[in-house]
Amino acid sequence: MTAPDQGEFIAALLNPGAPVPSGLTDGARNPAARRFDVYRNNVAVSLTEAMHTAFPVVTRLLGATNMDGLAGIYLRAHPPRTPLMMHYGADFPAFLAALPQLAHLKYLPDVARLELAMRRSYHAADAKGLNPAALAAVTPERLGDALLGLAPATEVIISGWPLFDIWAFNAADGPKPRAEAQDVIVTRPEFDPMPHLLPSGGAAFVQALAGGETLGAAMDRAGTGFDLPATLTLLLSQGAITSLTMKDP
Amino acid sequence: MLDSRAPSLPLKPGVGYKAAHFAALRDDPGTVAWLEIHAENYMGAGGRPLAQMRALSEQFAISVHGVGLSIGGEAPLDGDHIDRLKHLCDWLEPASFSEHLAWSTHDGAFFNDLLPLPYTNATLERVARHIDQLQDRLGRQMLLENPSSYLAFDESTWSETDFMGELARRTGCGLLLDVNNVFVSATNLGYDPRGYIDAFPLQAVAEIHLGGHDTDSDERGAPLLIDSHGCAVADPVWALLAHTLKQGGPKPVLIEWDTDVPEWAVLRAECARAAAALTDCAATV
Repeated sequence: MTAPDQGEFIAALLNPGAPVPSGLTDGARNPAARRFDVYRNNVAVSLTEAMHTAFPVVTRLLGATNMDGLAGIYLRAHPPRTPLMMHYGADFPAFLAALPQLAHLKYLPDVARLELAMRRSYHAADAKGLNPAALAAVTPERLGDALLGLAPATEVIISGWPLFDIWAFNAADGPKPRAEAQDVIVTRPEFDPMPHLLPSGGAAFVQALAGGETLGAAMDRAGTGFDLPATLTLLLSQGAITSLTMKDP
Repeated sequence: MLDSRAPSLPLKPGVGYKAAHFAALRDDPGTVAWLEIHAENYMGAGGRPLAQMRALSEQFAISVHGVGLSIGGEAPLDGDHIDRLKHLCDWLEPASFSEHLAWSTHDGAFFNDLLPLPYTNATLERVARHIDQLQDRLGRQMLLENPSSYLAFDESTWSETDFMGELARRTGCGLLLDVNNVFVSATNLGYDPRGYIDAFPLQAVAEIHLGGHDTDSDERGAPLLIDSHGCAVADPVWALLAHTLKQGGPKPVLIEWDTDVPEWAVLRAECARAAAALTDCAATV
């Protein structure tokens, strides 16, 4: 009897209604249906648990049972493309956004993006935060020419929803979310990523710095009313700025 | 490949490392002399996992255990993943590197489980080629672990013990004998676990695994044990360990507990039981 090739094995594994591939037995020539189900179950459970762990706030918002169902659909549509499970779920925000059944939870993909960003931050390269005195030593007239390097663990998420409040309400006993759009920055002072609310213009400012633009150019990107001192204080206190160089005059 | 000067694990208990035990393990390791890590969890660029491993590798010997290479896969091995394994081994200089006689990747998709292989000449050629490729690239010997089996392939023409012995002979790889897997497979497929141990090429074994299993049954009411790593090692598995050590002499013994992970004191006690089994074995040799 020819054994199933691995493609046939996987096709049956992912389809609980499919018959068990031929050539598989219990060791005594009896059919192996329940035994094949062990592999079906192991794959489904391990990839479902990985989604619960990776997206705790999305899981809380949807309920664990709904998350189980979605994880089962997701693993068939977007199985891991690498053995590094730390990357599993990268397509989940787009997957959520495309589901008509979740059209009433339009903020959900942004919550998933934030949780992905926190996981990337957790595994990002280490970096030492800049001593704030170094920035304070730059004369005001040269400050606009400063180039600030950001820690690899820094992530910015732009959202049209009260993303920070939704996260804080569900993950950190925060107050009820306000009705406003909120951009979020994730920082990692040592090993634990933390989201923070960015002030208006803050996302454009941080993204400009990350793109290698000077402090002056980044302030222009941030627009009028941008709170520079508060943003720099946040970045410096969180170790998100790691280097200071001056653009050649 | 079989360089007697190559690093090896101490003939003492080790434990599958869990981040939650970092502080307790360092303060009170008990009988634990070495730690095993799942390679793929330490392939990020930085952060807590790598920092913990920097600290722990000062205190303990390290075993790197891959769970994602899909050595039994029909497709060529993932060269990028081999490079990541090499990078990790070059950094940690572990006392041991091991992987599984199983497959987990198909058509570029990774299924996060150890899937079974038919023991045929074709499988033997393919797995031997993959082990050669991996050992050449890593520049070190690897250990190959026996699977826990829930079903058998009609097509198999080799026993598992002969199949693994032939792989070790052809490639120079060492073997990792998971005694709980032996007990689980023997129960599920209806053979004698002691007979398996007696037929196993124990001289090639450089590490032993122990873990907990769950008990279920199949549609005919026959026992179906599940290799869950979510509870204490069962008494018959301890007895099988004693038999294995009596036959093969002392080996490094690892306690694996990966789900429903208990507080450190529970794992420390399991490791102490492994240490006692090693002491008993030394006393009778």
